[in-house]
Amino acid sequence: MDSVCPGEPILTELLLENVSVGALSEVSLVVPAGQVVCLSGSSGSGKSRLLRAVADLEPHGGRISLGDTAQLDVPAHQWRRRVVMVPAESQWWFDEVGPHFPGMTAEQLPPALAFPPEVMVWSVSRLSSGERQRLALWRALAMQPEALLLDEPTANLDGNTTEVIEDWLLEEIRRREIATLWVAHDRAQIHRVADAHYRIQGTGLETVHGSD
Amino acid sequence: MEVIDLAWWKLGLAALLVLALAATGYVARLGITRNLLIAALRTVIQLALIGLVLEALFASAAFYWIALMALVMLLVAGREVVARQGRRLHGWWAFGIGTGAMFVSSFAVTVLALTVVIGPEPWYTPQYAIPLLGMMLGNTMTGISLALDRLNEGAWRQRAVIENRLMLGQTWQQAFEDIRREAMRSGMMPSINAMAAAGIVSLPGMMTGQILAGSPPAVAVKYQILVMLIITVGTGFGAVMAVSWGSRRLFDEREPLPGQVMIAASQRSCRAPGWSRCGPLYRQPQQPEWT
Repeated sequence: MDSVCPGEPILTELLLENVSVGALSEVSLVVPAGQVVCLSGSSGSGKSRLLRAVADLEPHGGRISLGDTAQLDVPAHQWRRRVVMVPAESQWWFDEVGPHFPGMTAEQLPPALAFPPEVMVWSVSRLSSGERQRLALWRALAMQPEALLLDEPTANLDGNTTEVIEDWLLEEIRRREIATLWVAHDRAQIHRVADAHYRIQGTGLETVHGSD
Repeated sequence: MEVIDLAWWKLGLAALLVLALAATGYVARLGITRNLLIAALRTVIQLALIGLVLEALFASAAFYWIALMALVMLLVAGREVVARQGRRLHGWWAFGIGTGAMFVSSFAVTVLALTVVIGPEPWYTPQYAIPLLGMMLGNTMTGISLALDRLNEGAWRQRAVIENRLMLGQTWQQAFEDIRREAMRSGMMPSINAMAAAGIVSLPGMMTGQILAGSPPAVAVKYQILVMLIITVGTGFGAVMAVSWGSRRLFDEREPLPGQVMIAASQRSCRAPGWSRCGPLYRQPQQPEWT
Protein backbone atom coordinates (compact mmCIF):
# COMPACT_ATOMS: atom_id res chain seq x y z
CA MET A 1 0.00 0.00 0.00
CA ASP A 2 2.92 2.33 0.61
CA SER A 3 3.56 2.72 -3.08
CA VAL A 4 0.21 4.46 -3.41
CA CYS A 5 1.37 7.31 -1.25
CA PRO A 6 5.08 7.90 -1.70
CA GLY A 7 7.07 10.37 0.34
CA GLU A 8 6.15 12.34 3.38
CA PRO A 9 2.85 14.17 2.95
CA ILE A 10 2.90 17.89 3.62
CA LEU A 11 0.35 18.95 6.17
CA THR A 12 -2.26 20.94 4.34
CA GLU A 13 -5.44 22.20 5.88
CA LEU A 14 -8.55 23.13 3.98
CA LEU A 15 -9.73 26.61 4.84
CA LEU A 16 -13.09 28.23 4.04
CA GLU A 17 -13.38 31.96 4.69
CA ASN A 18 -16.71 33.76 4.34
CA VAL A 19 -17.87 31.38 1.63
CA SER A 20 -21.32 32.08 0.29
CA VAL A 21 -23.20 29.77 -2.04
CA GLY A 22 -26.93 29.46 -2.56
CA ALA A 23 -28.75 30.23 0.68
CA LEU A 24 -25.56 29.90 2.71
CA SER A 25 -23.53 32.98 3.46
CA GLU A 26 -20.41 33.70 5.45
CA VAL A 27 -19.43 30.10 5.99
CA SER A 28 -16.02 29.86 7.61
CA LEU A 29 -14.39 26.69 8.81
CA VAL A 30 -11.07 24.90 9.01
CA VAL A 31 -10.52 21.28 8.12
CA PRO A 32 -7.12 20.27 9.51
CA ALA A 33 -5.02 17.72 7.66
CA GLY A 34 -5.85 14.15 8.61
CA GLN A 35 -9.07 15.11 10.34
CA VAL A 36 -12.72 14.65 9.52
CA VAL A 37 -15.14 17.55 9.76
CA CYS A 38 -18.75 16.45 9.46
CA LEU A 39 -21.48 18.60 8.00
CA SER A 40 -25.11 17.86 8.65
CA GLY A 41 -28.36 19.64 7.97
CA SER A 42 -31.81 18.99 6.65
CA SER A 43 -32.10 18.06 2.99
CA GLY A 44 -32.09 21.11 0.78
CA SER A 45 -30.09 23.09 3.29
CA GLY A 46 -27.18 23.35 0.87
CA LYS A 47 -24.70 20.77 2.14
CA SER A 48 -23.97 19.39 -1.29
CA ARG A 49 -23.78 22.83 -2.83
CA LEU A 50 -21.21 23.84 -0.26
CA LEU A 51 -19.11 20.80 -1.17
CA ARG A 52 -19.48 21.66 -4.84
CA ALA A 53 -18.32 25.20 -4.15
CA VAL A 54 -15.25 23.83 -2.39
CA ALA A 55 -14.61 21.62 -5.42
CA ASP A 56 -15.04 24.75 -7.55
CA LEU A 57 -18.01 23.38 -9.45
CA GLU A 58 -20.40 26.06 -8.32
CA PRO A 59 -20.10 29.85 -8.48
CA HIS A 60 -19.52 31.12 -4.99
CA GLY A 61 -18.21 34.02 -2.97
CA GLY A 62 -15.53 34.11 -0.32
CA ARG A 63 -12.14 32.50 -0.21
CA ILE A 64 -11.21 28.83 -0.17
CA SER A 65 -7.65 27.63 0.19
CA LEU A 66 -5.67 24.47 0.68
CA GLY A 67 -2.48 25.05 2.63
CA ASP A 68 -1.10 28.20 1.08
CA THR A 69 -2.77 27.70 -2.29
CA ALA A 70 -5.93 29.70 -2.91
CA GLN A 71 -8.55 28.10 -5.12
CA LEU A 72 -8.40 30.91 -7.66
CA ASP A 73 -4.62 30.79 -7.97
CA VAL A 74 -4.50 27.50 -9.82
CA PRO A 75 -6.35 26.18 -12.87
CA ALA A 76 -9.54 24.44 -11.81
CA HIS A 77 -8.48 20.94 -12.81
CA GLN A 78 -5.31 21.24 -10.74
CA TRP A 79 -7.34 22.38 -7.76
CA ARG A 80 -9.68 19.46 -8.19
CA ARG A 81 -6.81 17.02 -8.48
CA ARG A 82 -5.88 18.03 -4.95
CA VAL A 83 -9.39 18.58 -3.57
CA VAL A 84 -11.36 15.60 -4.78
CA MET A 85 -15.10 15.36 -4.35
CA VAL A 86 -17.08 12.12 -4.22
CA PRO A 87 -20.71 12.88 -5.13
CA ALA A 88 -23.63 11.05 -3.62
CA GLU A 89 -24.34 9.44 -6.98
CA SER A 90 -21.10 8.42 -8.61
CA GLN A 91 -20.96 8.35 -12.38
CA TRP A 92 -19.27 5.78 -14.60
CA TRP A 93 -18.64 6.48 -18.26
CA PHE A 94 -16.66 3.52 -19.59
CA ASP A 95 -18.27 0.11 -20.08
CA GLU A 96 -15.94 -1.67 -17.71
CA VAL A 97 -14.81 -0.78 -14.23
CA GLY A 98 -11.06 -0.88 -14.90
CA PRO A 99 -10.58 2.09 -17.25
CA HIS A 100 -11.94 4.44 -14.62
CA PHE A 101 -8.90 3.82 -12.47
CA PRO A 102 -5.62 5.48 -13.33
CA GLY A 103 -2.42 3.50 -13.79
CA MET A 104 -1.62 0.82 -11.27
CA THR A 105 -4.41 1.64 -8.84
CA ALA A 106 -6.61 -0.98 -10.43
CA GLU A 107 -4.39 -3.74 -9.06
CA GLN A 108 -4.11 -2.30 -5.58
CA LEU A 109 -7.73 -2.54 -4.59
CA PRO A 110 -7.81 -2.46 -0.78
CA PRO A 111 -9.14 -5.64 0.88
CA ALA A 112 -11.56 -3.61 3.01
CA LEU A 113 -13.67 -2.97 -0.08
CA ALA A 114 -14.26 -6.74 -0.34
CA PHE A 115 -14.03 -7.02 -4.10
CA PRO A 116 -12.49 -9.95 -5.95
CA PRO A 117 -9.54 -8.97 -8.17
CA GLU A 118 -11.59 -9.51 -11.32
CA VAL A 119 -13.90 -6.60 -10.45
CA MET A 120 -11.87 -4.47 -12.85
CA VAL A 121 -13.22 -6.38 -15.85
CA TRP A 122 -16.79 -6.31 -14.61
CA SER A 123 -19.18 -4.27 -16.61
CA VAL A 124 -20.32 -1.15 -14.82
CA SER A 125 -23.95 -1.93 -15.43
CA ARG A 126 -23.85 -5.00 -13.21
CA LEU A 127 -22.58 -3.09 -10.16
CA SER A 128 -25.04 -2.43 -7.38
CA SER A 129 -25.35 1.09 -6.03
CA GLY A 130 -23.40 0.08 -2.93
CA GLU A 131 -20.61 -1.39 -5.06
CA ARG A 132 -20.46 1.76 -7.12
CA GLN A 133 -20.21 3.83 -4.01
CA ARG A 134 -17.33 1.81 -2.60
CA LEU A 135 -15.48 1.86 -5.91
CA ALA A 136 -16.04 5.60 -6.22
CA LEU A 137 -14.33 6.10 -2.87
CA TRP A 138 -11.34 4.13 -4.04
CA ARG A 139 -11.31 5.99 -7.35
CA ALA A 140 -11.13 9.27 -5.46
CA LEU A 141 -8.43 8.05 -3.07
CA ALA A 142 -6.44 6.79 -6.03
CA MET A 143 -6.07 10.41 -7.11
CA GLN A 144 -3.97 10.89 -3.97
CA PRO A 145 -5.93 13.94 -2.89
CA GLU A 146 -4.86 16.32 -0.18
CA ALA A 147 -8.47 17.06 0.69
CA LEU A 148 -11.56 14.89 0.29
CA LEU A 149 -15.14 16.07 -0.01
CA LEU A 150 -17.49 13.19 0.74
CA ASP A 151 -21.20 13.56 0.09
CA GLU A 152 -22.93 10.89 2.17
CA PRO A 153 -20.34 8.27 1.25
CA THR A 154 -22.13 5.37 2.91
CA ALA A 155 -25.72 6.19 1.96
CA ASN A 156 -26.15 3.02 -0.10
CA LEU A 157 -24.33 0.61 2.22
CA ASP A 158 -25.76 -1.73 4.81
CA GLY A 159 -24.88 -1.32 8.48
CA ASN A 160 -22.03 -3.78 8.63
CA THR A 161 -20.38 -2.64 5.42
CA THR A 162 -20.79 0.96 6.50
CA GLU A 163 -18.61 0.44 9.55
CA VAL A 164 -15.96 -1.49 7.60
CA ILE A 165 -15.81 1.30 5.02
CA GLU A 166 -15.72 3.98 7.73
CA ASP A 167 -12.78 2.29 9.41
CA TRP A 168 -10.95 1.96 6.15
CA LEU A 169 -11.62 5.57 5.17
CA LEU A 170 -10.54 6.86 8.57
CA GLU A 171 -7.35 4.85 8.41
CA GLU A 172 -6.53 6.21 4.95
CA ILE A 173 -7.44 9.76 5.98
CA ARG A 174 -5.18 9.63 9.02
CA ARG A 175 -2.32 7.88 7.29
CA ARG A 176 -2.28 10.15 4.25
CA GLU A 177 -3.14 13.28 6.26
CA ILE A 178 -6.15 14.10 4.10
CA ALA A 179 -8.31 17.01 5.20
CA THR A 180 -11.83 15.62 4.92
CA LEU A 181 -15.18 17.36 4.76
CA TRP A 182 -17.83 14.69 5.23
CA VAL A 183 -21.54 15.27 4.71
CA ALA A 184 -23.55 12.87 6.85
CA HIS A 185 -26.93 12.72 8.47
CA ASP A 186 -26.64 9.63 10.64
CA ARG A 187 -25.85 10.81 14.19
CA ALA A 188 -24.17 7.53 15.10
CA GLN A 189 -21.88 7.77 12.10
CA ILE A 190 -21.00 11.38 12.85
CA HIS A 191 -20.18 10.29 16.38
CA ARG A 192 -17.91 7.56 15.06
CA VAL A 193 -15.95 9.51 12.45
CA ALA A 194 -16.05 13.25 13.22
CA ASP A 195 -13.27 15.28 14.77
CA ALA A 196 -15.62 18.24 14.56
CA HIS A 197 -19.24 18.59 13.57
CA TYR A 198 -21.13 21.52 12.11
CA ARG A 199 -24.81 21.71 11.41
CA ILE A 200 -26.26 23.98 8.75
CA GLN A 201 -28.72 26.28 10.41
CA GLY A 202 -30.45 28.85 8.25
CA THR A 203 -27.74 30.70 6.33
CA GLY A 204 -24.77 29.63 8.40
CA LEU A 205 -23.09 26.87 10.37
CA GLU A 206 -23.39 26.11 14.02
CA THR A 207 -20.95 23.98 15.93
CA VAL A 208 -22.37 20.83 17.42
CA HIS A 209 -20.54 19.87 20.60
CA GLY A 210 -20.12 16.54 22.19
CA SER A 211 -20.00 14.54 18.98
CA ASP A 212 -16.48 13.29 19.77
CA MET B 1 -30.21 18.09 -77.10
CA GLU B 2 -33.05 20.40 -76.25
CA VAL B 3 -34.21 20.52 -72.62
CA ILE B 4 -37.89 19.76 -72.25
CA ASP B 5 -39.50 22.59 -70.33
CA LEU B 6 -42.08 21.65 -67.73
CA ALA B 7 -45.49 23.26 -67.87
CA TRP B 8 -46.72 24.60 -64.53
CA TRP B 9 -49.86 22.49 -64.65
CA LYS B 10 -47.73 19.37 -64.81
CA LEU B 11 -46.13 20.33 -61.54
CA GLY B 12 -49.68 20.46 -60.22
CA LEU B 13 -49.84 16.69 -60.72
CA ALA B 14 -46.90 16.21 -58.38
CA ALA B 15 -48.51 18.59 -55.94
CA LEU B 16 -51.69 16.50 -56.02
CA LEU B 17 -49.65 13.50 -54.95
CA VAL B 18 -48.34 15.48 -51.98
CA LEU B 19 -51.92 16.36 -51.11
CA ALA B 20 -52.82 12.69 -51.27
CA LEU B 21 -49.98 11.90 -48.90
CA ALA B 22 -51.08 14.67 -46.55
CA ALA B 23 -54.65 13.33 -46.60
CA THR B 24 -53.36 9.85 -45.79
CA GLY B 25 -51.36 11.24 -42.91
CA TYR B 26 -54.37 13.14 -41.66
CA VAL B 27 -56.72 10.17 -41.82
CA ALA B 28 -54.20 7.84 -40.19
CA ARG B 29 -53.34 10.50 -37.58
CA LEU B 30 -49.65 10.33 -38.29
CA GLY B 31 -49.11 13.91 -37.28
CA ILE B 32 -47.11 14.86 -40.34
CA THR B 33 -49.81 16.64 -42.34
CA ARG B 34 -49.18 20.15 -41.15
CA ASN B 35 -45.41 20.05 -41.45
CA LEU B 36 -45.62 18.33 -44.81
CA LEU B 37 -47.97 20.89 -46.32
CA ILE B 38 -46.06 23.85 -44.97
CA ALA B 39 -42.77 22.44 -46.19
CA ALA B 40 -44.19 21.66 -49.63
CA LEU B 41 -45.64 25.12 -49.91
CA ARG B 42 -42.35 26.64 -48.84
CA THR B 43 -40.49 24.64 -51.45
CA VAL B 44 -42.76 25.83 -54.22
CA ILE B 45 -42.70 29.47 -53.21
CA GLN B 46 -39.02 29.63 -52.35
CA LEU B 47 -37.90 27.90 -55.51
CA ALA B 48 -40.22 29.95 -57.71
CA LEU B 49 -38.86 33.13 -56.19
CA ILE B 50 -35.27 32.00 -56.46
CA GLY B 51 -35.87 31.26 -60.13
CA LEU B 52 -36.83 34.88 -60.67
CA VAL B 53 -33.92 36.12 -58.59
CA LEU B 54 -31.44 33.96 -60.44
CA GLU B 55 -32.73 35.13 -63.81
CA ALA B 56 -32.15 38.72 -62.73
CA LEU B 57 -28.81 37.92 -61.14
CA PHE B 58 -27.50 36.09 -64.19
CA ALA B 59 -28.55 39.00 -66.36
CA SER B 60 -26.72 41.59 -64.24
CA ALA B 61 -23.75 39.52 -62.98
CA ALA B 62 -22.58 42.42 -60.81
CA PHE B 63 -20.37 41.43 -57.91
CA TYR B 64 -22.30 43.30 -55.22
CA TRP B 65 -25.59 41.65 -56.15
CA ILE B 66 -23.95 38.25 -55.94
CA ALA B 67 -22.39 39.14 -52.61
CA LEU B 68 -25.75 40.30 -51.29
CA MET B 69 -27.34 37.07 -52.45
CA ALA B 70 -24.62 35.06 -50.71
CA LEU B 71 -25.14 37.01 -47.52
CA VAL B 72 -28.87 36.39 -47.51
CA MET B 73 -28.30 32.67 -48.10
CA LEU B 74 -25.86 32.57 -45.22
CA LEU B 75 -28.18 34.33 -42.78
CA VAL B 76 -31.12 32.12 -43.65
CA ALA B 77 -28.96 29.03 -43.23
CA GLY B 78 -27.77 30.37 -39.87
CA ARG B 79 -31.34 30.78 -38.74
CA GLU B 80 -32.08 27.25 -39.84
CA VAL B 81 -29.16 25.88 -37.83
CA VAL B 82 -30.59 27.53 -34.72
CA ALA B 83 -34.07 26.21 -35.40
CA ARG B 84 -32.83 22.65 -35.76
CA GLN B 85 -31.19 22.50 -32.35
CA GLY B 86 -33.28 20.93 -29.62
CA ARG B 87 -31.29 22.65 -26.92
CA ARG B 88 -29.27 25.66 -27.74
CA LEU B 89 -27.04 28.19 -26.20
CA HIS B 90 -28.57 31.27 -24.77
CA GLY B 91 -28.89 34.47 -26.76
CA TRP B 92 -26.98 35.10 -29.96
CA TRP B 93 -24.42 32.42 -29.36
CA ALA B 94 -26.47 29.69 -31.00
CA PHE B 95 -26.79 31.77 -34.15
CA GLY B 96 -23.28 33.18 -34.02
CA ILE B 97 -21.45 29.90 -33.64
CA GLY B 98 -23.40 28.08 -36.35
CA THR B 99 -23.32 30.94 -38.81
CA GLY B 100 -19.69 31.73 -38.15
CA ALA B 101 -18.64 28.16 -38.75
CA MET B 102 -20.72 27.96 -41.91
CA PHE B 103 -19.35 31.24 -43.21
CA VAL B 104 -15.71 30.34 -42.74
CA SER B 105 -15.93 26.82 -44.09
CA SER B 106 -18.36 27.11 -46.98
CA PHE B 107 -17.19 30.48 -48.30
CA ALA B 108 -13.54 29.50 -48.10
CA VAL B 109 -14.10 26.21 -49.88
CA THR B 110 -16.42 27.71 -52.50
CA VAL B 111 -14.04 30.53 -53.35
CA LEU B 112 -11.18 28.06 -53.53
CA ALA B 113 -13.13 25.78 -55.84
CA LEU B 114 -14.17 28.71 -58.02
CA THR B 115 -10.77 30.32 -58.37
CA VAL B 116 -8.47 27.32 -58.47
CA VAL B 117 -10.48 24.33 -59.67
CA ILE B 118 -13.22 25.53 -61.97
CA GLY B 119 -11.86 28.94 -62.89
CA PRO B 120 -14.70 30.79 -64.64
CA GLU B 121 -14.06 34.36 -65.81
CA PRO B 122 -14.66 36.35 -63.59
CA TRP B 123 -14.40 33.92 -60.71
CA TYR B 124 -17.75 35.03 -59.25
CA THR B 125 -19.75 34.27 -62.39
CA PRO B 126 -23.17 33.64 -60.86
CA GLN B 127 -23.97 30.54 -62.94
CA TYR B 128 -21.13 28.80 -61.07
CA ALA B 129 -20.87 30.70 -57.82
CA ILE B 130 -24.47 30.65 -56.66
CA PRO B 131 -25.32 26.97 -57.22
CA LEU B 132 -21.98 25.92 -55.76
CA LEU B 133 -22.42 28.10 -52.70
CA GLY B 134 -25.98 26.88 -52.33
CA MET B 135 -24.88 23.27 -52.25
CA MET B 136 -22.09 24.07 -49.83
CA LEU B 137 -24.36 25.96 -47.49
CA GLY B 138 -27.14 23.41 -47.65
CA ASN B 139 -24.83 20.63 -46.61
CA THR B 140 -22.70 22.45 -44.08
CA MET B 141 -25.96 23.62 -42.56
CA THR B 142 -27.08 20.03 -42.10
CA GLY B 143 -23.73 18.92 -40.74
CA ILE B 144 -23.29 21.82 -38.37
CA SER B 145 -26.80 21.69 -36.99
CA LEU B 146 -26.49 17.95 -36.37
CA ALA B 147 -23.14 18.41 -34.68
CA LEU B 148 -24.27 21.29 -32.49
CA ASP B 149 -27.49 19.56 -31.59
CA ARG B 150 -25.65 16.45 -30.51
CA LEU B 151 -23.10 18.52 -28.64
CA ASN B 152 -25.66 20.45 -26.64
CA GLU B 153 -27.85 17.45 -26.05
CA GLY B 154 -24.86 15.41 -24.87
CA ALA B 155 -23.67 18.19 -22.61
CA TRP B 156 -27.13 18.44 -21.12
CA ARG B 157 -27.80 14.74 -20.70
CA GLN B 158 -24.38 13.93 -19.35
CA ARG B 159 -23.99 16.81 -16.95
CA ALA B 160 -23.54 14.45 -14.03
CA VAL B 161 -20.86 12.45 -15.83
CA ILE B 162 -19.02 15.57 -16.95
CA GLU B 163 -19.10 16.94 -13.44
CA ASN B 164 -17.91 13.71 -11.92
CA ARG B 165 -15.03 13.65 -14.37
CA LEU B 166 -14.20 17.23 -13.44
CA MET B 167 -14.33 16.27 -9.76
CA LEU B 168 -11.63 13.71 -10.46
CA GLY B 169 -9.35 16.42 -11.74
CA GLN B 170 -9.87 16.03 -15.47
CA THR B 171 -9.62 19.07 -17.69
CA TRP B 172 -12.73 20.14 -19.52
CA GLN B 173 -11.31 18.80 -22.76
CA GLN B 174 -10.92 15.35 -21.23
CA ALA B 175 -14.30 15.45 -19.53
CA PHE B 176 -15.96 16.51 -22.75
CA GLU B 177 -14.00 14.31 -25.13
CA ASP B 178 -16.63 11.64 -25.77
CA ILE B 179 -19.36 14.16 -26.44
CA ARG B 180 -17.23 16.12 -28.85
CA ARG B 181 -16.31 12.97 -30.72
CA GLU B 182 -19.94 11.94 -30.90
CA ALA B 183 -20.94 15.39 -32.15
CA MET B 184 -18.28 15.33 -34.88
CA ARG B 185 -19.38 11.88 -35.92
CA SER B 186 -23.01 12.82 -36.32
CA GLY B 187 -22.12 16.01 -38.17
CA MET B 188 -19.97 14.15 -40.68
CA MET B 189 -22.12 11.05 -41.09
CA PRO B 190 -24.49 12.36 -43.79
CA SER B 191 -21.59 13.44 -46.01
CA ILE B 192 -19.66 10.24 -45.49
CA ASN B 193 -22.71 8.09 -46.11
CA ALA B 194 -23.58 10.04 -49.22
CA MET B 195 -20.08 9.62 -50.62
CA ALA B 196 -20.17 5.92 -49.90
CA ALA B 197 -23.53 5.45 -51.62
CA ALA B 198 -22.96 7.83 -54.53
CA GLY B 199 -23.39 6.28 -57.94
CA ILE B 200 -24.35 2.88 -56.59
CA VAL B 201 -27.41 3.50 -54.49
CA SER B 202 -28.14 7.05 -55.47
CA LEU B 203 -27.47 9.18 -58.49
CA PRO B 204 -26.68 12.55 -56.99
CA GLY B 205 -29.04 15.37 -57.87
CA MET B 206 -26.58 17.74 -59.42
CA MET B 207 -25.22 15.16 -61.82
CA THR B 208 -28.71 14.05 -62.72
CA GLY B 209 -29.62 17.65 -63.39
CA GLN B 210 -26.66 18.22 -65.63
CA ILE B 211 -27.38 15.08 -67.59
CA LEU B 212 -31.02 16.11 -67.96
CA ALA B 213 -29.78 19.47 -69.19
CA GLY B 214 -27.74 17.78 -71.89
CA SER B 215 -24.20 17.57 -70.47
CA PRO B 216 -22.18 14.51 -71.38
CA PRO B 217 -22.20 12.14 -68.37
CA ALA B 218 -18.39 12.21 -68.20
CA VAL B 219 -18.42 15.96 -67.54
CA ALA B 220 -21.36 15.71 -65.15
CA VAL B 221 -19.55 13.00 -63.19
CA LYS B 222 -16.43 15.13 -62.81
CA TYR B 223 -18.47 18.02 -61.47
CA GLN B 224 -20.28 15.74 -59.13
CA ILE B 225 -17.05 14.31 -57.74
CA LEU B 226 -15.73 17.81 -57.23
CA VAL B 227 -18.91 18.89 -55.49
CA MET B 228 -19.06 15.90 -53.20
CA LEU B 229 -15.47 16.25 -52.15
CA ILE B 230 -15.65 19.94 -51.42
CA ILE B 231 -18.98 19.54 -49.67
CA THR B 232 -17.47 16.94 -47.39
CA VAL B 233 -14.47 19.14 -46.72
CA GLY B 234 -16.68 22.15 -46.04
CA THR B 235 -19.00 20.20 -43.77
CA GLY B 236 -16.10 18.62 -41.92
CA PHE B 237 -14.23 21.84 -41.23
CA GLY B 238 -17.49 23.59 -40.43
CA ALA B 239 -18.38 20.91 -37.89
CA VAL B 240 -14.89 21.02 -36.38
CA MET B 241 -15.22 24.76 -35.88
CA ALA B 242 -18.76 24.62 -34.57
CA VAL B 243 -17.94 21.81 -32.13
CA SER B 244 -14.85 23.47 -30.76
CA TRP B 245 -16.43 26.92 -30.45
CA GLY B 246 -19.60 25.41 -29.02
CA SER B 247 -17.85 23.32 -26.39
CA ARG B 248 -15.61 26.22 -25.52
CA ARG B 249 -18.70 28.31 -24.96
CA LEU B 250 -20.33 25.64 -22.81
CA PHE B 251 -17.49 25.74 -20.40
CA ASP B 252 -15.76 29.01 -20.26
CA GLU B 253 -16.14 32.68 -20.70
CA ARG B 254 -13.49 34.37 -18.53
CA GLU B 255 -10.23 34.17 -20.37
CA PRO B 256 -7.63 34.92 -17.66
CA LEU B 257 -8.61 31.84 -15.67
CA PRO B 258 -9.71 29.34 -18.26
CA GLY B 259 -9.97 26.32 -16.00
CA GLN B 260 -11.57 28.35 -13.32
CA VAL B 261 -14.80 29.52 -14.82
CA MET B 262 -15.41 26.63 -17.04
CA ILE B 263 -16.99 24.88 -14.14
CA ALA B 264 -18.97 27.81 -13.03
CA ALA B 265 -19.92 28.37 -16.62
CA SER B 266 -20.73 24.73 -17.16
CA GLN B 267 -23.19 25.14 -14.39
CA ARG B 268 -24.52 28.39 -15.67
CA SER B 269 -25.03 27.33 -19.21
CA CYS B 270 -26.35 23.91 -18.37
CA ARG B 271 -28.96 25.22 -16.01
CA ALA B 272 -32.34 26.24 -17.27
CA PRO B 273 -31.87 30.00 -17.82
CA GLY B 274 -28.88 29.46 -20.07
CA TRP B 275 -30.67 27.02 -22.30
CA SER B 276 -33.87 27.25 -24.12
CA ARG B 277 -36.00 24.45 -25.30
CA CYS B 278 -37.67 24.55 -28.64
CA GLY B 279 -40.19 22.23 -30.23
CA PRO B 280 -39.25 19.20 -32.25
CA LEU B 281 -35.67 18.09 -32.41
CA TYR B 282 -35.51 18.40 -36.15
CA ARG B 283 -37.85 20.35 -38.25
CA GLN B 284 -36.64 18.94 -41.51
CA PRO B 285 -35.30 15.62 -42.68
CA GLN B 286 -31.59 15.34 -42.22
CA GLN B 287 -30.90 14.18 -45.73
CA PRO B 288 -27.91 15.57 -47.54
CA GLU B 289 -29.01 17.94 -50.22
CA TRP B 290 -27.10 17.17 -53.34
CA THR B 291 -29.40 19.20 -55.47
